[in-house]
Amino acid sequence: MTQSKSFEPACPLPISATKTVQLAHGGGGRLMQELIQGVFMRAFHNPMLDSLHDGAIWPVEKGTLAFTTDSYVVRPLFFPGGDIGSLAVNGTINDLAMCGAKPLYLSAGFILEEGLSMEVLRRVVNSMAEAARTAGVPIVTGDTKVVDRGKGDGIFINTAGVGVVPAGVRVLPTSIQPDDAILVSGHLGSHGVAVLSVREGLTFDGKVESDSAPLHHIVSDLIQSGIEIHCLRDLTRGGLASALNELATAAKVGMVVEEAAIPVQEPVRGACELLGLDPLYVANEGRFVAMVPAQQVEAALAVMRRHEVANQPAHIGMMTDRDPPLVVLRTVVGTHRVLDLLSGEQLPRIC
Amino acid sequence: MKYVDEFRNRAVATALAERIKKTVRRPWSIMEVCGGQTHAIVRFGLDSLLPPNLTLVHGPGCPVCVTSVSLIDRAVCLASLPGVIFCSFGDMLRVPGSRGDLFGVKAAGGDIRIIYSPLDALELARNNPDRDVVCFAVGFETTAPAWAMAVTQAKQAGITNFSLLIAHVLVPPAMEAILASPQNRIQGFLAAGHVCTVMGYEEYEAIAQRYRVPIVVTGFEPLDVLEGIAMLVSQLEEGRVEVENQYVRSVSREGNQQAKSVVDRVFEPASRIWRGIGEIPASGLRLKSSYNTYNAELKFQPDLAQLADGVEDPECRSGLVLQGLLKPPDCPAFGIRCTPEQPLGAPMVSSEGACAAYYRYRSHATRDA
Repeated sequence: MTQSKSFEPACPLPISATKTVQLAHGGGGRLMQELIQGVFMRAFHNPMLDSLHDGAIWPVEKGTLAFTTDSYVVRPLFFPGGDIGSLAVNGTINDLAMCGAKPLYLSAGFILEEGLSMEVLRRVVNSMAEAARTAGVPIVTGDTKVVDRGKGDGIFINTAGVGVVPAGVRVLPTSIQPDDAILVSGHLGSHGVAVLSVREGLTFDGKVESDSAPLHHIVSDLIQSGIEIHCLRDLTRGGLASALNELATAAKVGMVVEEAAIPVQEPVRGACELLGLDPLYVANEGRFVAMVPAQQVEAALAVMRRHEVANQPAHIGMMTDRDPPLVVLRTVVGTHRVLDLLSGEQLPRIC
Repeated sequence: MKYVDEFRNRAVATALAERIKKTVRRPWSIMEVCGGQTHAIVRFGLDSLLPPNLTLVHGPGCPVCVTSVSLIDRAVCLASLPGVIFCSFGDMLRVPGSRGDLFGVKAAGGDIRIIYSPLDALELARNNPDRDVVCFAVGFETTAPAWAMAVTQAKQAGITNFSLLIAHVLVPPAMEAILASPQNRIQGFLAAGHVCTVMGYEEYEAIAQRYRVPIVVTGFEPLDVLEGIAMLVSQLEEGRVEVENQYVRSVSREGNQQAKSVVDRVFEPASRIWRGIGEIPASGLRLKSSYNTYNAELKFQPDLAQLADGVEDPECRSGLVLQGLLKPPDCPAFGIRCTPEQPLGAPMVSSEGACAAYYRYRSHATRDA
C-alpha cells in the first residue's frame, strides 16, 4: 500500500461513487488509493500500517521466528458463524499457533473480481479487522489486485503471518513420542457442514455454525501451564483423518484412535449421515489435535476446558509402534479399520 | 442419535456376533446386495467378527458401479454441450467412461451441478429458462420415485427445458441373473433395505422359492447387518427358505404404495446393460412414451448419435466383483494400476463401491500385496 498525497485517512471519501469494484481499483491510480484509504486503512489501521511504507518494520524479539502463508477461496463468502475475512485472519494465526508461536503480525493480499459489490468488500474487510483486533494480531502490510469479471470468485484473500516461538518450545511432527496421547480440542465438522448448508441451500435439524476461531491463546496457555506439547495440527481441509495421517507419516509412527471418543455434535452427525459424509474428513477452522505425554492428558484437557474455543476437548487415541505410519480406528462396535487419507473431495452419495 | 446410535451398540454387536458363531456349523456364502451394506461391513470391520466358514460376498448393489460405460459416455457428451446445465449426484462425477469423466468436463468448462434431490434440478430448470437442464437419473428403486415426481411436476408446470438421461436399474432381476448363472455360489441374500422400503418384499418371495435361497431384508447400520446375517444363517442351518424382514422399522411387505404408483405412472421396465455384467432383461427403467419430452436421449439424439459404443477397460475385473465372483483385493490391478485417483472401473470411485470400501478401510499391507 503506497502513500497518496491526495487523500488522507480522514478525508471524506468519494468511493461511494462506485458501488462495485472496477478494474481501475487495481490500477495503481486514484481509485486504488481511494480503495486503500477508504476501505483497508480505515478498517485495519495501526501505527505500522498507518506509516504507509512499502513494508512493515519491527524489532526482532528473542526466540525463533515462525512464518506462514495461506490463501482463502471460500464459497459462499459469508456462512453461519463466519466469513472469508475472519477465516483468513484466524487461519493464519492458527498456522502460527500450531508451531507453538506467538503470532505477531499479519499481511493481507486481496484479489478482487471486477464487479464485486463494494458493500460486500467492506463487510469482509471489517470482519477481518474485527478478527485481527480480537486476536491482538494486527494486519501491518498488504496488497490489492483486481481481475476481470468472471476470472475470480468475488474475493480471494491471502494472509501471511510472522510469530515468535519461545525458547525451548519444539512443537513439530518429529517431536512426537511413541507413547504420546492424542487430544482433540473440540467437536468436529461444524465448519464444513455450516458452509455446505448455505452453499447448497440445505437445512438441517439444529443450527450448525462454523467453528472458525483463533487458537493462539489456548496454545499459549497450554505452554505456560507446563504442558509438554510435542506436536499440534489444526484440523482444516481434510479434517481429523487427514491431519492424523499427515502427522503419522511425518513422525513415522502408528496411531490408534477411538471412534467413540471423537466428539461430533448431533446436528453435524445427522447432516453427515444424511449426505453420506464422514465427519472425520469434514473441514474445521477452529479445532486442533495435540500430541502430549500420556501422563499430562488430564492436565492438558483441564487447560483446554478453560477456553471457550475448545468446545468438548477429548482424549481420542494414542501412538503405537505397530504398522507405522498407519492410523487405525477402533470403531464403535469394537473392531479395527484403517483411517486413511481421502482420495479427492468427499462427494454426497447417491442414496 | 435416534436410529443410528441404537444400531451401533458395541455390546449388542458382540452378542450378535456370538449368536452367529454358535449358529454356523457348515460353510456358507451369503451376498449383501447393497453397496451401502458393503461399506457398513468394511467400515465397521463386521466381517472380522464373523466365523471363518461364513463368507460374505459383495453384490451388484451400487447403482454408480453398474452404470454402463456407454451411459457415462453419453453423460460426458451431454454435459459438454453449450447451453446445457448437467445435474448429477456427487458420486457419478468420478466414474470413468471411455471418453473421460464428468469431473474432466467440469474442468474443461462444462456447467455441471451436484444436486441432492431431483426437485433441486427442476428448480434449476425453472430458474434458467434459456438453458437445458439435463439430469443423470441414476439409482435403484430408491431414487426412482423422486425422479418420477420431478418429471410429473415438470409436466404439470409446463417446463420443457428439463430432461433425464436415465440409468435406473432394478434389484430383483440382478439377483435372479446372479442365481441363474452356472458360476453362482450364493446360498442366501441380505436384500437391500432402502430398496424394499419403496418396493416391499413381495416380489422376493418367488425368487427365494424358485432358486431355494433364503432372503433377509436388511438395513445398513452395523447391528442391522449383523442381525440380518444371524437371521439368514439360522434359516440356512435349519434348512428353511423364507423371505424375512430384519428392517421392520422401515420396510413393509407391500412397500410404499404411493411411491410405487408414481414410478409406475412415469416409468416402465426396460432392458439394461450393467457395467461388467452385460445386458439383463427388464432390469432397468425408461420413461413411458407420454413423457418423451423429458427423455434426454431423444431430445439430444443428433448429438448422441455420433457416439461409438463405450468400451470397458479390459484390465478392470469389476464385473466379477459385482457378481460376487472376486473380492476386490484379489483383482491384479487393485491398488496398483487401479486406485481412487486413477480408477479403471466404477467400484473404485463410487461411495458405495466394493473396491473403494476395501481400498479405504483395509490396510496398506493388503493393498500393496
